[in-house]
Amino acid sequence: MALLSVQDLSVKFGGEFGAVSAVKNVSFDLHRGERLGIVGESGAGKSITGFALMNLLSAPGFINRGKVLFDGKDIVRMSERQLRKVRGNRMAMIFQDPLVTLNPVLTIGQQMIETLLAHRRLRRDEAEFIAIQKLREVYISSPEMRMSQYPHELSGGMRQRVIIAIALLLDPDLIIADEPTTALDVTTQADILELLLHLCMSNNVSLILITHDLGVVCQLTERIMVMYAGEVVETGKTREVINDPQHPYTQGLISALPQQTLPGHTLKSIKGYMPSLLSMPSGCPFHPRCAYALDECREHRPKLVHYRDASVACHEVNRLHQETLAE
Amino acid sequence: MPAYARVFTSNLSLNLRHNPVAFISLAIFLLLFLLALFAPLIAPYNPFDTTQIDILDSELPPFWAEQSDPSFLFGTDGQGRDMWSIMLYGLRLSLMIGIGAVVVQTLLGVSIGLISGYVGGRLDSLLMRLADIQLSFSTLMVAIVFLAVTQVVGGRAFFAQYAPVLLITIIGLAEWPQYARTVRATVLAEKQKEYVDAARIMGFGPLRIMVRHILPNSLSSIFVISTIQIANAIIAEASLSFLGLGMPIAYPSLGSLISSGFDYLFSGSWWITTLPAALLVVLILVVNLLGDWLRDTIGPRILQGAR
Amino acid sequence: MIIYLAKRFFQAILVLVVISLIGFAVQDSLSPQQAVGAIQTAQNIEETGFAERYFHFLSGVVQGDLGTSYFFKEPALEVILKKMPATLELMFAAALIVAALSVPFGVFTALYPNHMLSRFILSASILGLSIPVFVTGILLIYLFSVEWSVLPSFGRGQIVPIVGYWETNFASLDGLKHIILPALALASIMLPLFIRLIRAEMRQVLKSEYVKYARARGLSPFRIYFVHALKNTLLPVVTVGGIQIGTLVAYTILAETIFQWPGMGFMFLEAVNRGDAPLIVAYLMVVGAIFVVINTLVDVLYGLINPTIDMARMGA
Repeated sequence: MALLSVQDLSVKFGGEFGAVSAVKNVSFDLHRGERLGIVGESGAGKSITGFALMNLLSAPGFINRGKVLFDGKDIVRMSERQLRKVRGNRMAMIFQDPLVTLNPVLTIGQQMIETLLAHRRLRRDEAEFIAIQKLREVYISSPEMRMSQYPHELSGGMRQRVIIAIALLLDPDLIIADEPTTALDVTTQADILELLLHLCMSNNVSLILITHDLGVVCQLTERIMVMYAGEVVETGKTREVINDPQHPYTQGLISALPQQTLPGHTLKSIKGYMPSLLSMPSGCPFHPRCAYALDECREHRPKLVHYRDASVACHEVNRLHQETLAE
Repeated sequence: MPAYARVFTSNLSLNLRHNPVAFISLAIFLLLFLLALFAPLIAPYNPFDTTQIDILDSELPPFWAEQSDPSFLFGTDGQGRDMWSIMLYGLRLSLMIGIGAVVVQTLLGVSIGLISGYVGGRLDSLLMRLADIQLSFSTLMVAIVFLAVTQVVGGRAFFAQYAPVLLITIIGLAEWPQYARTVRATVLAEKQKEYVDAARIMGFGPLRIMVRHILPNSLSSIFVISTIQIANAIIAEASLSFLGLGMPIAYPSLGSLISSGFDYLFSGSWWITTLPAALLVVLILVVNLLGDWLRDTIGPRILQGAR
Repeated sequence: MIIYLAKRFFQAILVLVVISLIGFAVQDSLSPQQAVGAIQTAQNIEETGFAERYFHFLSGVVQGDLGTSYFFKEPALEVILKKMPATLELMFAAALIVAALSVPFGVFTALYPNHMLSRFILSASILGLSIPVFVTGILLIYLFSVEWSVLPSFGRGQIVPIVGYWETNFASLDGLKHIILPALALASIMLPLFIRLIRAEMRQVLKSEYVKYARARGLSPFRIYFVHALKNTLLPVVTVGGIQIGTLVAYTILAETIFQWPGMGFMFLEAVNRGDAPLIVAYLMVVGAIFVVINTLVDVLYGLINPTIDMARMGA
């Protein structure tokens, strides 16, 4: 059985002008120890999906439909009390900006110990011992001293290490990392990613990595899920999707990577902008920006179709696929 | 000037129709404002004309109580003055001093804020340091001390003659820092922008740039602060008058009326103090409610929750 | 840290000097003979310049000599020190009411903005802000003293001496009864202000990432609201609180006048009515000093409790 099974998850935002869909019909399975990357432009609904997995959406966002089965139990229907037992304990989250994630007026030690004590019956010195142990695991020097320091006394990279240590405190089954390195400088990014990968593999922890950076996904994950305007447009094995993208949007994303451009040539980019949630186009949400768009794309929304190991939501890909089968 | 007009036309009236509290507050405020403005026309008696006052009419209760006199709608005070007339004149004085003080505050605060932000450097840090120190002293305290000393030095007759001017001046002088800080922050933010450079290159002088281009950006803040400040100024004036450091009893504001009626509270003539007190509270309440509504509607985030 | 403290101290001294200058100018213009007579040095006013007279005045001030009250025929400082405990106790009682009620009310209205009780608290707070202290006082007297006759409306009642000039209201039932109404009137203006401030700050904090992160870690609501959120909420409240203590001194003059509370404020107004110049100036100096000391203390305290403020850097 999959550790996490997301079925038909939809998130809406209730506003003054009625509710708008932010995430539509997202389904995927994640096995123990597996690492999944969710990719997309900002506003594609990937962070919202991440928060929805923990049932941690803040108003006006809410889960409209679907199930999030974590170890067989539906997160969506859990009470706040049951959720508290899962959050931080079996499912941990790493936030985007380490500068604002830790509480500025509490020490690193206080924030680590309170997390442990929220889930385990421990004596304070036992909790402190575990916390120091975990700080050491994320290669923080003189962890005893760091325990009594405040977040602002640590560098950005160091703070993200602390947050990773907190995520690992209770040996969770799943870590959801929402753009864990975006706010850091480039050299620190590589260190943090390597650390994250190493810790997930050595502890057999599943990872959902939310990012806009395809390079990071390649480096860390086995499977990839590409989102556009709140919908999944392509999923598959990371290596295969990157080497042979099917959906025009995924193709666009990959050809826009700096590595794909020869020196002296301008970077390719996808023309146009992602539609706002308030004014979704009819049919395929990508059609206004798509070079292959047909009448069908303007009228009908494509379904996610499975073939080989991957799924793609595109009329054109589907047609080509049907033709190959026919031959 | 479209920039100035924009602030007031920006869906304010739309919002007003959907907010009954703000709507009623505005209606009451306008009513009180008109009553104050036309007090000499509306008031049945002239409370300053001693020939119209008869001490035998003193302490008559308002119309709903027993032993009331139909010629005095809301009764009379301890000197036999018609309560309704004297409350109208008191309202007029309270509003005039409140608005006058806020005009002084705004002019002073906005000028200092503009200069401080535009010139910058040592002058800026000096002015902002002064603002800090000024803010750390309570306005009421400064006003009490200033007026007390003026009263002792200048004598009561002198003080009574110039009381409105003194009140407007001291309440106006003591509250400039709030405006100065807000305006300065806007100037600092706007000074960086390209249109200011463009205006400078086009040869506009600093005064024109500040007033025509930068100031409109802080107009909604100034408007919100001013509304709340009118309420505060009216409270300050009333408090000072209650202490005998404001309007003299011969020319009473609402505060002095409440003060003079206080002694009659224990003898049973409750209306001499409670009627003007109720009027004062209604006046301040509607201005405060309007201020809150304006802050939530047009106020920038920095003012949220501020007073 | 030391540089910061030194700077803050220097600034406090500067403000105190300015206050003493104002005080002297007032005294000088009110009664030149008395101003000089108080320090009993110069024989002829015409011969001494302003600076010299100010210096004499200042040296007197430093030695605790603020002149002699015309009315009481006692050193002005001593008159004030005798009245001070009454004022301080009144302020303390009011601050106690404000502190005890503003935090729960502010937190509650921030957490449950649509609850009936929240709406009631917020409506009551805007009403409270709109009623001047003296009107609240009159209302309280009318209800509790005139109509229902349950609480006394003037004076301190039975007070118990503690040490020196300090006699307390808190040691007898009669004393406590007497302090209730003036303290309530005084608190009525501060309470709405603090409820609204705490509510606004708390709402900002609740939207922050670290509160969301605390939820993501499965912490209990109690810990999230009262440790994570409240601690950050109260930091700015401390600063405002410090400034408001100064305002409280001014409002005590009003409360003391209405309830004939024999404190510094009541004494000051009497001194104004009697033209008792040395007492007026002494009051000005003492209150100025209280303001400066409190503000400096609050600034330093804020630096100490807020870990993100680097005191060493602030001094630079």
